[in-house]
Amino acid sequence: MSHRSFVWLCLLPLAVVTAAFFLLPMARLVVTGAAGPQGLAGYLAILTEPRYRATLLNTVLLATATTIVTLIVATVAGMFLQRHRFPGRAILIAMLTFPLAFPGVVVGFMIILLAGRQGLIGDFSNRVLGEKLVFAYSIYGLFLGYLYFSIPRVILTIMAAVQKLDTGLEEAARSLGASPWAVQRDVVLPALAPAFVASGAIAFATAMGAFGTAFTLATNIDVLPMLIYTEFTLAANFSISAALSVGLGVVTWLILALARSFSGSAVAAAG
Amino acid sequence: MSAQAGHGASVRIETCGKTFADGTRALEPATLEIARGETLVLLGPSGCGKTTMLRIIAGLELPDAGGRVLFDDKDMTAVPIERRNVGMVFQSYALFPNMTVSDNIGYGLKIRGVPEKERAARVAELVALTNISGLEHRRIDQLSGGQRQRVALARAVAIRPGILLLDEPLTALDAALRDRLRGELNRLLRALGITTIYVTHDQSEAMELGDRVVVMQKGKIAQIGTPREIYFTPNSRFVAEFIGAANIVEAAIENGHLVLPGGRQPINGDANIPAAVAMIRPETIRVMAAESAPLSGIIDSVSFIGDRQRLVVSGVSNRSLAVDAPNTVRAKSGERIGLSISPDAVRLLPPES
Repeated sequence: MSHRSFVWLCLLPLAVVTAAFFLLPMARLVVTGAAGPQGLAGYLAILTEPRYRATLLNTVLLATATTIVTLIVATVAGMFLQRHRFPGRAILIAMLTFPLAFPGVVVGFMIILLAGRQGLIGDFSNRVLGEKLVFAYSIYGLFLGYLYFSIPRVILTIMAAVQKLDTGLEEAARSLGASPWAVQRDVVLPALAPAFVASGAIAFATAMGAFGTAFTLATNIDVLPMLIYTEFTLAANFSISAALSVGLGVVTWLILALARSFSGSAVAAAG
Repeated sequence: MSAQAGHGASVRIETCGKTFADGTRALEPATLEIARGETLVLLGPSGCGKTTMLRIIAGLELPDAGGRVLFDDKDMTAVPIERRNVGMVFQSYALFPNMTVSDNIGYGLKIRGVPEKERAARVAELVALTNISGLEHRRIDQLSGGQRQRVALARAVAIRPGILLLDEPLTALDAALRDRLRGELNRLLRALGITTIYVTHDQSEAMELGDRVVVMQKGKIAQIGTPREIYFTPNSRFVAEFIGAANIVEAAIENGHLVLPGGRQPINGDANIPAAVAMIRPETIRVMAAESAPLSGIIDSVSFIGDRQRLVVSGVSNRSLAVDAPNTVRAKSGERIGLSISPDAVRLLPPES
């Protein structure tokens, strides 16, 4: 057997897996999406149908908010954890990464324990304000759940990036007269930009598509994965749920591509 | 700034020591004065405390309690680096990768709120001074090592600092470039006339650039002096061996002579001590015919270097002597050779404490 045909033979398993588990289902999904009464126009339903459009907007807003708040919290925390040594630091880092092990259902359950009808926040606000504060079953509960889900992932990436920062850069900026805020703005944050894009993309994609948490909290939260679920199982509307699925993928991919090209110059410069 | 001898601030550090959190003593309490406009070189092997001293002067490290740093007689000990008005060049250059060359050079001025027009003029001035015209809009990763070094220097000088601090600015470059940039840097520092503190482990850099050189060893100042002083009159075996090549000879003294296995070597002064440790530089030893020479020994090896040749001669003193002979002398290993050394070239070192 020639060297060349051996290489091609090695590619065979990859080709089979790709075809069986990625290309074929995707093709089927795309075909199904266009097989409804509206035909190809079914794909536009995600934008033209007011309910779908509102849900799409909701989902994008939720994912964007999750990404931004996660990045802020994780950057401040990650920077502190990487730069300071204190007793209990190792345990704290281990605990912070603990939620990585939980599936969405458990995260949803924890949000209910925290902000549900029998939750801690409700109990506390009932005693202090005389009113039960309950938000677990809304998009706010979902937001909290996604934060809980995303922060550990992002913190680890940011900590690794902070560790690789050249402290000489910060010292140089300070020697030139930069205040601590200016050092962060002009030196540290630009240097962390690639880490922001990489970890932000994961947080965003997770918040766009995660299902378990939403399903645990309530079935009437208006996010795309829930909509796809209800169209598919309750309304048995195969073509619309397929079209929505493809739409979810395309929209997420588009926004990530936009974010990447938008921050592209910063990333290239910092690399 | 005044038009007198130099620019910038004078520096005085008083009993500045540094002990790190883990208990290591990086710097023994040291006192040092640097005149306005002077170039002072801190020289020593790695771990000698020279960088720690520089960082204390910069304001990147706080000295241990009791230490004070004064600029122009003003106590700066508690002032952070961003308000000390020092220009600093780092070993890694620490150029901002997210800015162009001119943005790097102008950064300190921008932070100080200098208007854009004035800033551009100053940047152009420094680009010309450091010879990097045409690179203004390059990104840092598009520059060579030598170009980065110039940008780092231009950036540090742009803010018209009171003191210029350089931490091994040439170490990251290859040898040929280092020699060329050393000369260039020397001319630039002379032209600027600003108070400069320069850290290096390279003695030839220290010799060429320093008005005065502080030789450091294990967190202590071993000797302070002009390059000539530390070269010709080192006060310890460490300094003698660290600066240039040195033969260290141990011998008994009789009637103003070192008594050596290869002969008697006259020395200067009234050395009323029974024995001494002496330093003799290889280039001060003259070679001659063995018969008429005051000292003689056997050539162990000959290394032709080009402008001269280095002979290793045994049998003259307790250890082999390194001798720099003119490149025209015909010398073969195994031959007997005569040596003569002027009494002025023998430097008696104090006994080791």
